[in-house]
Amino acid sequence: MKNSVLVASILFLVGLTLTAAAQNIATTRGTALDTEAEPPKMTRVDNSDVKRQRAYPMQPPTIPHKIDQYQLDTNANKCMSCHSRRRIEDSQAPMVSVTHYQDRDGNFLADISARRYFCNQCHVVQKQNEPLLDNEFVDIDELLRADRK
Amino acid sequence: MIDLIKRYWRTVSSPSKYFSLGFLTIGGFVMGVVFWGAFNTALEFTNTETFCTGCHEMRHNVYEELQSTIHFSNRSGVRAKCSDCHVPHNWTDKMARKMQASKEVWGKIFGTINTREKFLAKRRELAEREWTRLKANDSLECRNCHDFEYMDFTWQSTRASDQHSTALASGEKTCIDCHKGIAHELPNMSGVEGWD
Repeated sequence: MKNSVLVASILFLVGLTLTAAAQNIATTRGTALDTEAEPPKMTRVDNSDVKRQRAYPMQPPTIPHKIDQYQLDTNANKCMSCHSRRRIEDSQAPMVSVTHYQDRDGNFLADISARRYFCNQCHVVQKQNEPLLDNEFVDIDELLRADRK
Repeated sequence: MIDLIKRYWRTVSSPSKYFSLGFLTIGGFVMGVVFWGAFNTALEFTNTETFCTGCHEMRHNVYEELQSTIHFSNRSGVRAKCSDCHVPHNWTDKMARKMQASKEVWGKIFGTINTREKFLAKRRELAEREWTRLKANDSLECRNCHDFEYMDFTWQSTRASDQHSTALASGEKTCIDCHKGIAHELPNMSGVEGWD
């Protein structure tokens, strides 16, 4: 009796796994596990300099230009040579937001805060690629609009 | 000492005793050609990548950094080697630079930058020397390839054409003012104009 329950549950689990494999759930691999996939061709970074929509108010803006070879370390911060308060008149680039000049206690500093120094921790370039998975993100405005109806 | 100089002067200033005029003129001409050829060949050799990266100071610091940049690896396979940017192409300027470079031989012998730490400590000074040189000659070594007259702004990004058609075109700025650290890593930039 005990044995037959065990066998039944094992069969059930195996069946579940097979169904999952057949539907190719939770993998973006594209090829079988034992074969090497052809790596996709590298695409170009968008360099259009056009500001993009933000998906939510607190989203760090994405970078609308190339940042190849931009040095960002203890010695130099290439980003800030255009986006810092002192440089924007020459560069006509948007200044980094004032929050970047605050320490974690909210005190204002003369220069960019150490905790905001590494720009590409939050700000990234964009490429025109086909998403591998469907994105179900809905903008808050759309949610509110749907609610009102 | 004075006597010695006088004796030599007498020998040099008196006519040849054994060699014919033809031998001396043709021989002198041939030797001149050989000397000049050898001199230029040796000079050109000191402009090669093999020579520059022959010492570990260059090979393991600046040459390594250069390799990931656009001037070394790119889609079209055009490459700028060390001397393209660091040695003037014009003959007289080249001679002047080569004479200055004798200081680098001194540095090599006495190990001024023979460790990574020494190199990093001296990097700002070395970089500043190059910035000053390029600023003084209006970025001549950049312009040997990147001629402003041949630039097509329509192929440049908005930001690039904005800057090039204004600050660069008016002569207010030169290449090196904005394009520092494009081929090598930058030293500590605190206090450098446009960076702090």
